[in-house]
Amino acid sequence: MIESYKPIFVLLTSFLAPLFIIFSSNRPNLRESFSILASVLKFLLVLNISFYVFKGHIVYLKLVEIFPNVALEFKIDEIGIIFALVSSFLWIFTTLYSIGYMRGLKEEHQTRYFCFFALAMFSTLGVAFAGNLLTLYMFYELLSLSTYPLVVHHQDEKARISGRKYLIYILGTSIGLVLPAMIICYNLTGTLSFEPSGILNNKVSLFMANVLLLMFVFGFAKSAIMPLHAWLPAAMVAPTPVSALLHAVAVVKVGVFSIIRIFTGIFGIKLLAQLNSTHIITFFAAFTIITASLIAMSQDELKRRLAFSTISQLSYIILGISMLSPKAIAGGILHIIMHAFGKITLFFCAGSIMVGAGKKYISEMDGLGRYMPYTMGLFFLGSLSIIGLPPMGGFISKWYLLLGAVKIKSLVLMAVILLSSFLNCVYFLPIAYNAFFKAPKEDFSYVKENYLCVIPALIAVIGSLVLFFYPDPFLNLIFEFLSKIKG
Amino acid sequence: METLYPALTVITPLIFAFVVGIVSWINKKICFWLALLSLIVAFISSLKILFYITTTSSIVQYKLGGWPPPIGIEYRIDWLNGLILPIISFVALLNLIASKRFMEKEFKEKESFFYILYLLFTTGLLGVVITGDLFNLYVLLEITSLTAYSMIAMGGTGRSYLASLNYLFLGVIGASFYLLGVGYVYIKTGSLNMVDVFRILPHIYNSETVLVGFIFCMVGVWIKMGLFPLHTWLPNAYTFSPISVSRIIAPLMTKVMIYVMIRVMFSVFGRWYVLGRLYGVNEFVVLLASCAIIVGGILALSQRDIRKVLCYIIVSEIGYMVGGAWLGNPNGLIGAILHILNDMLMTFCLFLAFGNVFYTRKKTKIEDLKGLFGEMPYTSAGLVLVGLSIIGIPPTCGFFSKWYLILGALQAKDHFFAVSLILSSLINVILFFRFFEVGLFSKASYKKEAPVSMIVPLFIVSLMLIVVGICSGSIVNKIINEFVLVALG
Amino acid sequence: MEKILDEVATKYNYWIYIFIMMIGFYGMIGKNNLIKKLAAMNIFQTAIILFYVSMGYKKNATIPIIKTTHDVITKINPQEYMNPLPHVLMLTAIVVSVSTFGVALAIAIKIYQHYNTLEEDEILSNIKEKD
Repeated sequence: MIESYKPIFVLLTSFLAPLFIIFSSNRPNLRESFSILASVLKFLLVLNISFYVFKGHIVYLKLVEIFPNVALEFKIDEIGIIFALVSSFLWIFTTLYSIGYMRGLKEEHQTRYFCFFALAMFSTLGVAFAGNLLTLYMFYELLSLSTYPLVVHHQDEKARISGRKYLIYILGTSIGLVLPAMIICYNLTGTLSFEPSGILNNKVSLFMANVLLLMFVFGFAKSAIMPLHAWLPAAMVAPTPVSALLHAVAVVKVGVFSIIRIFTGIFGIKLLAQLNSTHIITFFAAFTIITASLIAMSQDELKRRLAFSTISQLSYIILGISMLSPKAIAGGILHIIMHAFGKITLFFCAGSIMVGAGKKYISEMDGLGRYMPYTMGLFFLGSLSIIGLPPMGGFISKWYLLLGAVKIKSLVLMAVILLSSFLNCVYFLPIAYNAFFKAPKEDFSYVKENYLCVIPALIAVIGSLVLFFYPDPFLNLIFEFLSKIKG
Repeated sequence: METLYPALTVITPLIFAFVVGIVSWINKKICFWLALLSLIVAFISSLKILFYITTTSSIVQYKLGGWPPPIGIEYRIDWLNGLILPIISFVALLNLIASKRFMEKEFKEKESFFYILYLLFTTGLLGVVITGDLFNLYVLLEITSLTAYSMIAMGGTGRSYLASLNYLFLGVIGASFYLLGVGYVYIKTGSLNMVDVFRILPHIYNSETVLVGFIFCMVGVWIKMGLFPLHTWLPNAYTFSPISVSRIIAPLMTKVMIYVMIRVMFSVFGRWYVLGRLYGVNEFVVLLASCAIIVGGILALSQRDIRKVLCYIIVSEIGYMVGGAWLGNPNGLIGAILHILNDMLMTFCLFLAFGNVFYTRKKTKIEDLKGLFGEMPYTSAGLVLVGLSIIGIPPTCGFFSKWYLILGALQAKDHFFAVSLILSSLINVILFFRFFEVGLFSKASYKKEAPVSMIVPLFIVSLMLIVVGICSGSIVNKIINEFVLVALG
Repeated sequence: MEKILDEVATKYNYWIYIFIMMIGFYGMIGKNNLIKKLAAMNIFQTAIILFYVSMGYKKNATIPIIKTTHDVITKINPQEYMNPLPHVLMLTAIVVSVSTFGVALAIAIKIYQHYNTLEEDEILSNIKEKD
C-alpha cells in the first residue's frame, strides 16, 4: 500500500475547473480550453497513478476521520483504476465532442453546462477512488446532484418532468434504501471499508443479509436494473454529450461499479453464495436484459433506443457479477470498459446526426449514409461492439460472460446471453443498413458532417478495436483483483 | 482577565444595550457599530472559553458576586454549553451585519430600539446557556422571551401583533410551568444549583414531588421549543415578524430550549432518573418526536408561503433533536447535540438565503421564486447548499447528525424513529426541489442580486455548513463525546 | 374520606394555588376579550408566586430578620426563621410578571388600534375575510 496525495490532485483538477470556466465565461475559446486542459491533465494524473497499481500496489489516502472507524478515504485498487482510466480517457473526447455539438446547435448556457460537466467528472472519479462505503455514497450523491442541471439543461416543460423522474428514481432510492442499509451495516460491523472477503461475514443473520443485499442493489438505481430503469429513457431530453456521458461513462457505470463494490467489498463471495437474494438479482438482471432489448426494438427515437440498449447492457454486468464465478465476474467488469467505448461511439454518432441533419427518428434516417458516411460507418462498427462480434472489444466481455455461465452450468443464462445478442442485432443492424442501402425520404443535400463530432467517435472505435486485440493489461488487473477476493 | 470571560460574554451585550439606549438620543449612526462591537466581544470571549475547555479538559466555573455555590449563583461551562455559546454569538453577529439594510428600510426611526432589544435577546440566550442555576435560567429565559415578543411585534402589521400576543400567552404558560417544576424540586432538595440538585436527587428518586417537578419542567420546555403538538405558536410567530427578527429568533430560541431540556434531563435529574426510574416514558417521547417529524414534513408540503414552509421544517427538526435525546443511548444523544449545532447553522443559512430573496423581491409565495437562479446566482448557491444540508447529503453537516440519529435509533431498536428520519429526508427532497424547480425553470430577466452585506454572511455560513460537516468527526470526538460520557456513562 | 380531608387540610396552600392557577388557565383559554385573557394570565402567574411564597413557611417561625442583641450575633436556629429565599426569588418573578403584562398590554393597544376591537372572535373573522 502506498500513501500518496495524487488522488487529491486528480479530484482537484475537475473541482477547480468550474472556477476557471466561470471566470472565462465571456471568452468561449478560453473557456473551452480550460475544460480540455482539465480533462487532459486529469487523465495524465490518473495514468501516473495507474503505473503504481499495475505494479501491484494499492494507492491509499485517508482524508479525515468522521465516525469511529470510518473516514473519508481513497483506496485505488485494480478495478478502481480501470474505472478511473476509462472515465478520464473518455472525458477528454466527450469534452471535444461537446464543443462541437453545443456550438453546432448554438445551445444556451454553455458555461453552466461545462461547469457541471466538470463537477460530474469530479464525482465520478471520487466514486472510482472511494475506499469505503461512506466515501462512495458521498460521491454517488454528489454525482446525482451535479448531473441534474445537465439533464434539465434545456429548461423546458419536458426537461422539468424528466428532471423530476431523474430525482425521484435516483435520489429517492439512494436516500431511502442505500442510506438505511449503510447505517445498518455500520451498526452490525462497526466499519464500512471494502475488505477482500467482505465485512459482513459471521456478523449478520442470513435473513438480514438477504434484505440488505436487495436494499443495496435496488438502492443504487443508477444501474438501471428493472423496475428502476425509467429514469434513463427520460434523461434523454438532455443534450447528446450529456447522454453520452451519462450512458457510457459516468452515471450508469457508477451505479454498476457501486454494486460491484458491494458484492466484492461488503458482502464477499462466500457470503453471497449462501444467499437466496443473489439468485433473485440474477433473475432481475436476466429479465432486464431481455425486456429492455424487446422494448428497444419498438423505439423509433434513436436516443431512446440507445437508452434501452444501455439498460440491457448494464444488466449484463450485474448478471456477470451475480453469477459469482471468476470468469463471469471478469466478464462483467470487462464489459464496463467495452460497453463504455461502444456506447459512447453510438451516442456520438447520434449527436452528429442531430447536428448535421437535424434528425432524431430512425425512420427518417433512410439513405443518410451517403451524406454522412463516416458517421454511419462508425455507428455500424459501434453497434458491432455492443452486439458482441469480433473484431470489436464487446466480443471479449461477452465471451467471458458465456464462459462464466458455462461454468455454473446454467443453460438458461447461456440462452439469455445468446438471445439478447441476437436481439441486439435486430435493433441495431437495420439502422446502418437503412442508412446506406435505402433510398432517402427527403433531400439530404444540406447535410454536413461536423468533424469535431466525428473524430471523437473515431477514437472510441479505434479504442474498441485495440481492446479486442490487446485486452491483456485490463484482464491481468481484473484477474489480480479476483484472486484477492476469492479468499 | 482569564477568569472574567464567562461574565464578559453575558454582560457585554447587556451593558451595551443600555449604552445604545443612551447614545441613541445623541447620535443614531454609531448605534449599529456599538452593537456590533459588543457582539464581537461576546463572540471572542465565548471562543476563548471553548478553547480553554478543549485544551485543558476542565470545566469553567464563575461565581457571581464571589458567593460560592450552592449559596450563590454560578456560571458553569462544560463541553455542552461551551460548544453552543460561540454559535449563538456567531449567529447574532452575522445576523446583525446581514440585517443592516433591512432595518434601514423597515424600522427607520425605531432602529435604536431594535438594537436594544436585539442585544438584550442575545444576553438572555447567552445567559440561559451559560448559567448553572435553575432559577437564574428562568429569569434569563424570560428576558429572552420578552424581547422576542417585542421584536416580533415590531412587524407593524395586525397579524404580527396577534402572533406576538399568541406567542406571549403560550410562552408565559411554558415558562411558568418551568418555574413550577423548579419550585417542586426546590421543595424537596432545598437547592437551586444544578450540580447540587444532581447530588441530592438520587436519594429521593422515588418521591412523587420530584416526578411532578420533572414533568412540569419538561412540558414547560416543550412548549417553548415548539414540540408537536405544542408548536402552534411557531408558524405565525416566525412568519409575521420582520425577516431580520425571525432570522435571529428561529435558529436560536428553539435550539437553546433543547439545550435546556438536555441540561435538565442529564445534568440535573440524571440518566438514572430519566432512563431508569422513568423507564418506558422515553419510548413515548420518541414516538411523539417521530410524529413531530412526520407531521412537520407533511404540513410543510402543504404550504404556499415560503416562510410557513420554513417554520414547519423547524418543527420537524425539533422532532429530530428531542427524539435523539430521549433515545437513551450515546449515539442518539451525540446526534441530538450535533444537530443542535448543525440546525442553528442550517436554519440561519436558510433564513439568510430567503431573506435576500424577500429583500429584493418583496414577495413571499413559492411562485415568486421564478427565475431565481438566473437573477440571484450567489443567493441560489447558498440556498442549494442549505437545501442539501437539510436533506442530508454528505459532506454537508446535516448528513452527519442524521447518521448518528439513525444509528442511535437502530441501536435502541426504535425503528419507527429511524423510518421517520428517512421519510423526512425524502420529504425535504421534494420540498427543496420544488423551490429549485420554480427557480430554475423560468427565464430570468436580468441580474438583480442582494446587496453585498447580505451575501457575505450567507457565503460564510454556507461555507461553515461544509466545514462543520467535514470536521464533525473531530467535533464529536473532542467536545460532544466528553459530555455524553459524563451524561450517559 | 378522612384521608382526603386530612390531605386537603394539611396542604391547603397547595390546593389554593392549584385552584387559582386553574382559574387563570381557564380565563386564558375560555375568555374572548384580550384584556380578560391578559388578566387571567396574570392570575396564573400569581398563583405560582403564591406557591413559592407559601413553601417558605415554617410553623411557629418568625420573619427572617436576625435580632441583634447588645452582644454579637448568637447562634441562629434556622427553625425559628422563615425561609427568605423563596420570597426573594418571587420578587424577581413578580418583576418578570409585571413586565410581561406591560408588554402584553402594549401589544393589545396596538391590536385595538389596528382592528378596532378587542374581542378575539371578531379579530379572527376579520382576518379570515381578508385571506
